[in-house]
Amino acid sequence: MFGLVPATLAAGSLGSLPALLAFSTEPLAHLRPLDIAVVAIYFVMVIWIGFYLKGQSNTSEEFFMAGREMTAWIAGLSFVSANLGSLELMGWAGSAYQYGILATHWYWIGAIPAMLFLGLVMMPFYYVSKTHSVPGYLDLRFGGAARSVAAFAFATEMILMSGVNMFAMAVVMKVVLGWDISFSIFVSSVAVALYVGLGGLRSAIFNEVLQFVLIWGGALLVPILGMIQAGGVGGLKRQIMANMQSMTGVHGDSYFHLWRDTGSFAANPMGVHWTGIVFGLGFAISFGYWTTDFLVVQRVLAAHNLRAARMAPIIGSFFKMAVPFIVILPGLLGLVLLQNPDGSRRQLVGEDVVAACSGGSGSSVSDPGACSAAMAKTTLPAAYQQKVLAGVPDAELHSYNQALPLMMVRYLGPGLLGLGITALIAGFMSGMAGNVSAFSTVWTYDIYKPLINKKGSDSHYVLVGRLSILIGVAVSIGAAYLVMHAHGIMDYVQALFSIFIAPLLAVILFGMFWKRATKLAGFLGLLLGIVFSASLFMWVHLYPAALANVALSPDAKPMAENVFRALWAFIFSAIVVVFVSMLTKARPESELDGLVYGATKLPTEEPVPFYKNEWTWALLVVVIFVALNILFW
Amino acid sequence: MHGSKIPIWFFIGVLLLAYGVMIFGYGLFELATGTLANVQLASLHAPVWWGGTLLLLGVFYVVKFRPGRVGK
Repeated sequence: MFGLVPATLAAGSLGSLPALLAFSTEPLAHLRPLDIAVVAIYFVMVIWIGFYLKGQSNTSEEFFMAGREMTAWIAGLSFVSANLGSLELMGWAGSAYQYGILATHWYWIGAIPAMLFLGLVMMPFYYVSKTHSVPGYLDLRFGGAARSVAAFAFATEMILMSGVNMFAMAVVMKVVLGWDISFSIFVSSVAVALYVGLGGLRSAIFNEVLQFVLIWGGALLVPILGMIQAGGVGGLKRQIMANMQSMTGVHGDSYFHLWRDTGSFAANPMGVHWTGIVFGLGFAISFGYWTTDFLVVQRVLAAHNLRAARMAPIIGSFFKMAVPFIVILPGLLGLVLLQNPDGSRRQLVGEDVVAACSGGSGSSVSDPGACSAAMAKTTLPAAYQQKVLAGVPDAELHSYNQALPLMMVRYLGPGLLGLGITALIAGFMSGMAGNVSAFSTVWTYDIYKPLINKKGSDSHYVLVGRLSILIGVAVSIGAAYLVMHAHGIMDYVQALFSIFIAPLLAVILFGMFWKRATKLAGFLGLLLGIVFSASLFMWVHLYPAALANVALSPDAKPMAENVFRALWAFIFSAIVVVFVSMLTKARPESELDGLVYGATKLPTEEPVPFYKNEWTWALLVVVIFVALNILFW
Repeated sequence: MHGSKIPIWFFIGVLLLAYGVMIFGYGLFELATGTLANVQLASLHAPVWWGGTLLLLGVFYVVKFRPGRVGK
């Protein structure tokens, strides 16, 4: 999973990653024996964890829900880590390079309010209903039809996303290290199948916590050294201000403001409006992802009690607010610090430009006309464009998405580079593992059990879960090769998430907070909402000019399309739910206990000192969140 | 973490310890021989202080969460 729409929305779309395969160039780095040892130790560790946890994953509750034994810290770190994939890191570092700190919206308003809402308001209903999955909640609230729609949508999305993740990792390893594509796919899929198949969700969660530590250990050094070299915050700001116009075409100091220039689509480099950021991103997409996407919610459902389940997203939100330090900052630093081999400042470009200037044989550009046209849209200096066209060996083109790996190569020597690469591999693998483990749960509980075999024993369902992991990995490998050979598919796979999540949010919110919402309304709201959202996507995909209609402005850019499409899909589904509910008979209130606000008697929690109370920590998060937005206004 | 004999923090400690030993060791080698890696700011000897930090964190987690001590 790419996380909160990151790859889908990240500029320089990672959807064009496959095109990079055509770009024959030297890898960015070569690992030394010490680096290879660091990577190898990671693989040994995750497989050791899988074997060790096998003995603790014998019942279905243990295998699919990690025994519901996770502490708030483990559930919280796993919750935020499941979203922190490598494509997320690389994609948003690239976006920061292009758009400045506007990209931070996807970490702050695009995450924090929703995480707090999940912990404080929604988690009691998920937790008290003892559901195994989000489709499972839909089953309890709206019946089997709504559950089946959600289950099939989740299962399809997760397995395809796992394949995309696998393929993306292979491409990144190919571009950064020169590794063979099939080698990367084989090694990562065997490792994931082993440790998730053996240890189930517990193993996936352990790996995510491990990954979280590795990402910080491997990536944090880059902004630290970068800030030293840039001369601190003041130096970074001065250099960006001095070079921004010539390098990016962006006027003024837009790179340093979160909100100031969002009053119109044309005033900021991202081409978004604050209404889209607040309502589309901050509500429809963010709440949809963080409160209903089973991949992340499953981590919190594994908490050992309700208080831990409520604390987990709040703990996660602290770390989420800090992530821009290792993602956004390296992107900004790359803007002023990256250099070409000849010492001139390196300018990154979109992957479409890199692909257009890909080589035929040797270092020559295979289609000079297309390359020249693509480069003409960039701010690359004319002399450098001529060098690229002439195939001068040192005149390399690198995409925005390579900002983070390039910064790693710039600063990290033997051992440290291995750690940075391990952090990327861990991010990819935990993304795969997260999707595969969630797929296994949805397949077993929401498809196999209700629709194929209702009367199996507990051990039978564990076996089905284990087999579904193997099958899931096999299908993921197939999806990875499919994407490799049919590049356009990646766009559709990445869009699945954004198409599905906003209607699901509408249905779950009405189900959880409106007693009058009926079964048929839930089913139709979800189904028609998905159809509506997919139609909007296809409209813009087939007729790009329709973007102006969807985002309500001719100045809107693709980033705006996603946030507004989610908003319209949410509103459409909400209207369907309300309209159909008014025409159909509601369930008696007695059937809604544990499912709906106002019809549920929530368990009383033991009183704790204020410093252990979730509301205290949530308040602190709110204060920091508001302060950061004011500071970077 | 309940229900498991070895907590995740111990595994993390082992990993950080191993990485710390390797990277810190390489940093000491660089210091001793004066051969610096071909990267920016190599003169700051990041492997020494970053590797040392990983090593100390690793030792802390391994000792604090070693098997048999959990729950005490």
